[in-house]
Amino acid sequence: MPQGLPSYPKRPPNRLISRTTTIKLLFATGPSINTRLLVAVIASVALLVTEQRGGQRLDFLRAGLSLLIEPLKHLVDMPSAMVTQTTESMSSYTVLKKDNERLREEQLIQQTRLLKLEALEKENIRLRALLENSFKLGEQVLIAELLSIKMAPYEHILVVNKGTRFGVHPQQPVLDANGVVGQVFRALPLSSEIMLITDPNHAIPVQVNRNGLLTIAVGSGELNRLLLPFLPSNADIRPGDLLITSGLGGTFPQGYPVATVDEFTTQPNKAFASITATPTAKLDRNRELMIVWSKTMPVPLINKSDAPEPTPSATEQHHD
Amino acid sequence: MTNTYGFGRILISIGVAMCLRIAPLPFHLDIYNPDWVLMVLIYWSIGFPERVGIFHAWSFGLLTDVLTGRLLGQYALAYSLVIYICLKLHKRLRHFPLLQQELFIFACLLLSQLLLFLIKNLQHPAQLHGDFWWPVLSGTLCWPFVYLTLRFVRLSKPVN
Repeated sequence: MPQGLPSYPKRPPNRLISRTTTIKLLFATGPSINTRLLVAVIASVALLVTEQRGGQRLDFLRAGLSLLIEPLKHLVDMPSAMVTQTTESMSSYTVLKKDNERLREEQLIQQTRLLKLEALEKENIRLRALLENSFKLGEQVLIAELLSIKMAPYEHILVVNKGTRFGVHPQQPVLDANGVVGQVFRALPLSSEIMLITDPNHAIPVQVNRNGLLTIAVGSGELNRLLLPFLPSNADIRPGDLLITSGLGGTFPQGYPVATVDEFTTQPNKAFASITATPTAKLDRNRELMIVWSKTMPVPLINKSDAPEPTPSATEQHHD
Repeated sequence: MTNTYGFGRILISIGVAMCLRIAPLPFHLDIYNPDWVLMVLIYWSIGFPERVGIFHAWSFGLLTDVLTGRLLGQYALAYSLVIYICLKLHKRLRHFPLLQQELFIFACLLLSQLLLFLIKNLQHPAQLHGDFWWPVLSGTLCWPFVYLTLRFVRLSKPVN
């Protein structure tokens, strides 16, 4: 045998040792710790930049990872869910009966109001048709239950138990029985995150119900306060005025109550008045919220069943 | 006695830490809720440097990003940097008395929070107020609790 032959086969490969040995490894295998850090840092920076620039591009990754931690959210929510459940099941017969009666009465009153509303709606459509104006009508709602989780202390973001599996998508408006709560900020497969209207990063286009004055309400970071920073000192707005959604911007459907104005102070040294308002929705007390789908298709001005032979002017409108 | 022995314990402790992270606290105590996940990771990286590496820290950081609704990569970056330091110093850190450890933990939590602050500031500047820094202090105060609990967990059944 020639002497210069390499002696590879005699020495077992390193990997074999690491797999079979039972003693603690003295020398770490694989890339060094510095290389690993470099890889980790590059990967995180790449993720950060991609999401900051690209917006929706990493949603699939987030959705996948969220499935892993979904059980944790429900685990954290369990104590408060159990408390509500037990208080519900422990309530006495008389209380239940009283509740039932009250709800029945309420239902009757609401139903009669709705009857009137339907007539009003029809009238509104007719009037709009006279004005040659399109009209958006009808919303579909999904009831979602809140998970009592606090994601970040200085942000007003709630988590609810309905996600993209139910067709929820970002920027959907969220309401409760008393008014606008916020909008869907991020939809995950099994849950979604909702930004409240009081979050400092949130703004909602509103209008004063009394006179139609348009402005924007910005979140203050406190749960019971909105700010109206863009109105001049001589604006026609008073404490007690109801603010409703104006429908501008397209996120929120028009005409839902948002807040009532409680303070109007003029600032002599500034161009704008300082106005605060209180949200009408019970932002911190509700466990059930409604996610809204507004129908984006405008209702045709003249119903086909009403007018089987449209006049020439009506067909022109349809083409517009 | 494979390399993954004892990893279940680590996973469970990190799961508990994640639950604590998003637990709603009464009386506006939320602003003091410390970064439990990072503290647990620091403990295990000092205790088992051969099992909890930088990539583990990175993955759990990514999960924390999803958990708390941040930009992806934010906590992953902070955690992998802090765990890198812990891995580099783990032989010395094991012999530190608790008080000295606390100083180190304070520095680690501060570094992590500083990174988060910088990333947050890149997004939209000047949106955070002073409350943002409380978790660093509360985390330092909670460290003995984390340390003793995890030590109990680690020693409850001999690992090797």
